[in-house]
Amino acid sequence: MQTLTDQNWLLSVGVFLPLLGVLVMLFIPRGEEALVKTVGIVTAGVTLAVGIYTLFAFNYGESQNLQFFVDAEWIPVIKAGYTVGLDGISLPLYFLSMAVTFLVMIYSWDNMPEAGNPKAFFILMLVLQTGMAGTFVAQDLILFFVFFELVLLPMYFMIGVWGGEQRQYASLKFFLYTMFGSAFMLVAFLALFFQTGAESFGFQHLIEAGAGIDKDVQVWIFAGMFLGFAVKVPMFPFHTWLPDAHTQAPTQGSVILAAILLKLGTYGFVRIALPMLPEGAVEWAPVIAILAVIGIIYGALGCLAQTDMKRLIAFSSVAHMGFVMLGISTLTTFGINAALFGMVAHGLITGMLFFVAGSIKHRYHTLEIKRLSGMLIQMPRMGWILGFAAMASLGLPGLAGFWGEFPAILSAYSPGFGLSEPLYRTLMVIAAVGTVLAAGYLLWLYQRTAFGEPSEEFAGMSDAEHNAAGGGHGHVAHSLSSAANDHPDAHADAHDEIHDVGLTEWIAWSPFLIAIVVFGVYPQLMFKIFDPAVTQMIDRMTVTLGK
Amino acid sequence: MIAALLSAFPAQAPDWVSPTIDWHALAPELILVVGINVVLLIDLMLEDSKKWAIATLTGFICLAAFIPVVTLAVIGDDTRSMFDGRYVVDNYALILKALFLLTAYVVILMSQNELEEGGYYQGEFYVLLLCSVLGMVMMASARDLVSIFVALELLSIPAYMMAAWRKRDVKSNEAGIKYYLLGVFASAVLLYGMSLLYGATGSTLLTEIGATLNDDTLTALEVVAVVFVLCGFAFKISAVPFHSWAPDTYEGAPTPVTAFFSVASKAAGFVAIMTLVFIAFPGVTDVYEPLLWVLSALTMTVGNVLALRQTNIVRMLAYSSVSQGGFILMPLAFAGQPSSSASAMNAVIVYLLVYAVMNLGAFSIVIAVSRKTRSGEISSFGGLFSYAPGLACAMTIFFASLAGIPPLAGWFAKFNAFKAVLDSGTTAAYVLAGIAAVNTVIAAAYYMRVLRVVWMDPVPDGDMTPIKPPPSIVAAIVLTAIGTIVLGVLPNLVARFGNLQDLTGALSP
Repeated sequence: MQTLTDQNWLLSVGVFLPLLGVLVMLFIPRGEEALVKTVGIVTAGVTLAVGIYTLFAFNYGESQNLQFFVDAEWIPVIKAGYTVGLDGISLPLYFLSMAVTFLVMIYSWDNMPEAGNPKAFFILMLVLQTGMAGTFVAQDLILFFVFFELVLLPMYFMIGVWGGEQRQYASLKFFLYTMFGSAFMLVAFLALFFQTGAESFGFQHLIEAGAGIDKDVQVWIFAGMFLGFAVKVPMFPFHTWLPDAHTQAPTQGSVILAAILLKLGTYGFVRIALPMLPEGAVEWAPVIAILAVIGIIYGALGCLAQTDMKRLIAFSSVAHMGFVMLGISTLTTFGINAALFGMVAHGLITGMLFFVAGSIKHRYHTLEIKRLSGMLIQMPRMGWILGFAAMASLGLPGLAGFWGEFPAILSAYSPGFGLSEPLYRTLMVIAAVGTVLAAGYLLWLYQRTAFGEPSEEFAGMSDAEHNAAGGGHGHVAHSLSSAANDHPDAHADAHDEIHDVGLTEWIAWSPFLIAIVVFGVYPQLMFKIFDPAVTQMIDRMTVTLGK
Repeated sequence: MIAALLSAFPAQAPDWVSPTIDWHALAPELILVVGINVVLLIDLMLEDSKKWAIATLTGFICLAAFIPVVTLAVIGDDTRSMFDGRYVVDNYALILKALFLLTAYVVILMSQNELEEGGYYQGEFYVLLLCSVLGMVMMASARDLVSIFVALELLSIPAYMMAAWRKRDVKSNEAGIKYYLLGVFASAVLLYGMSLLYGATGSTLLTEIGATLNDDTLTALEVVAVVFVLCGFAFKISAVPFHSWAPDTYEGAPTPVTAFFSVASKAAGFVAIMTLVFIAFPGVTDVYEPLLWVLSALTMTVGNVLALRQTNIVRMLAYSSVSQGGFILMPLAFAGQPSSSASAMNAVIVYLLVYAVMNLGAFSIVIAVSRKTRSGEISSFGGLFSYAPGLACAMTIFFASLAGIPPLAGWFAKFNAFKAVLDSGTTAAYVLAGIAAVNTVIAAAYYMRVLRVVWMDPVPDGDMTPIKPPPSIVAAIVLTAIGTIVLGVLPNLVARFGNLQDLTGALSP
């Protein structure tokens, strides 16, 4: 595997820049809220600028090779290095983490969760950003592990301090589940290290040497990694932390969880488990596929039973990640490409849904589906955005969600490496039923909340209704001006008026909406980045398994 | 009779050669000895109002004793062996001496205000503390059953008294008595084991014992001897089932003393076990490996499960320290495997160093906060984040590090322990690693519960006055917090210590 070392400072800057912002923020008094927020957003913005520069500097012709590669000494005693690099598999996720953090921070400008204290909140988000970006560029198991775990504490505190009623339970559950998985993952990493001759924790070395391990041993090591990554994804029997964490987390936490943190698990499968343990992967693939499809159906049925909008979206994540895992489990170029696309698409779409849910909660102070209705009358723009995101989520062709789901299902028709075709084709059919269920629960959700007349409880409270009553003058002008000045008094008499989408919400959301359309219309934009890297990975697996 | 004995002495006199003494190598011990006397004398002459100066002086004595440790390490050309190899100053001893002296320094920082404000005897306390430290520093160099025993008693006896230092408090009395009775019992077991060991091998010198003991020619007597010796030290490191003294003693003793016990005194026990395992027992892996395996698995599991149920923070830290002991012990259960003996020693030493830093930090926070809340209940930490964010963040650093979350130092200690165990590659190793992995999660549960109280609960009594800890405690917190972060990000700073070849006379198994 070749590596390109031009501009090798770029990734380190991109990963650690947020910590510089944290350092600055530590010296700002807690009372200076505006300054704290500005510094936080500027830091995230500069980080994103580094990310955009990375997008331009990236050599797309060689996206199968690691670029901006650094291999420096870190802990020579245990043969772990500071090895970072970026290839086609990591680049979209790396950039997504930067963009999402930045947009979430903009959203937080005037949508702070109730517990207040923006200083701590913004610091935690920046630390989280370092952990997420670091995980996607790490090319050394120990470095990967450190970044992978670094996201735990900030998310624990975000859910626990700024979350909803059951936040303490949810945060601890999230923490312990992940901790449980990663403890076994670490043991598996060490086993892999020793089985390959205890020479290096570097990915490149392990990919070359890992194939030489006995099949039985590979299966065991894969099991350890499976525990760590499957909890994070989360896959079917390990998913129970997710609905709690998502429901209780503040909007910002939910968005980051959905958009990035869940991808750490699937990314781990693609980056570490499959290429390093090809034989183990082949043995485990049917198990993963079955659990993935159970997750699809179970998640969908779970959605149909929910009465809370946020919890419904959380369960839909279980289903969507099921499609991603199904794609991965086929061990084909097609399936893994679809899975990677599905990861980004799910991040954008479900992130968007959580944003909308958060904003609805902010206005109605409830997310109970049966109390919400007639949103299209009360907040037409919000209602349309919800509809748009729901359509994208159910996999409407032309929007990004389609290109994650449809090829994943299709890829199960002919799985690679002699995996059982009857099994995978059966699973394919069941998964296809899952998409119907997805359309069911999302449309049902949309019907109940957006259509119809506003419920009595909230009737007559919205701007839109006032305008309609007052002759409908200057609708656009009014909503723009209200966006600029509605929030200072929003807390004072929140039940009085239900405003439509505000200015910061527009700024934070429009990149999501645009990206969902762009990737939906022209998916090749992303596939062509993934494909060379995925092809190279599968080719190498073919070579090692063919021996 | 006596006359006959006395008259026999001159006859032996020609055999006796005065040992050559390497003054440089003994300098840390000698500085401590002089320091003990100086503190004692000055304390006699000092008025009560100026007693605070004693703490500062004691701190400087520890730092002064640290200087020769550094110079010896810098010169570091060869090992300095004295008294026929019974007292050895090598790199292994030096890093441990550094650990004990710096731990003592931080404990002194923590004790100063506690003693002053509690109205306890100060001069005597510091004399005893220095005596105990002297015992630990000697333990690092002791390579003979007798010198190990002398070092052990020298470090233990002052500790019994320090545990009971709050003499008007029933709990502190209980702490002292319990510690004393069980400690003496353990010493008796140990001494009995040592006498058997001497009887079986004919020597008290560890290297000679190591040359004699062998799995193939093992006798029942030798097995009993090895087991008794190890069990004697298992008391000191509060390994389950010899841990029952620890929670009561930790809770009753003044908090800085508890910190001292859970870090320094425990480390001394580990040092003794390590020295014995690597020098005296490398031939009897069949005996000590299963024993340590069981002790380690029991210690980490029982300690953790009991810690889950605690409502008092010091008791929780006591049980957590028991369970951390299990993690430290874990690599030693595979010290006899050729592939893992080097990494086992490295793992234990790294763990001891890291554990000292983070645990001292945790205790400093407890001291700082309980000065205000006057309570040891975990619930009294409620809302700490809202009125003392700095302390809350430092506490987060220490507890997360104890839980083993990267990038704080604890992760590397745990990781290294796992690595050493798996290095041996046996099934027993994978089983123990699995048990340890589950324990990591259990431990995270109670550490996170404390952090949850700190960050998420309301202030129990509504008293939001900020905490202003005295400067010495602030210094202790800052030092340990920086240490915890730096060692977590750059673990190589500690990972290079504790090589097997540093321990002179360690026999390859």
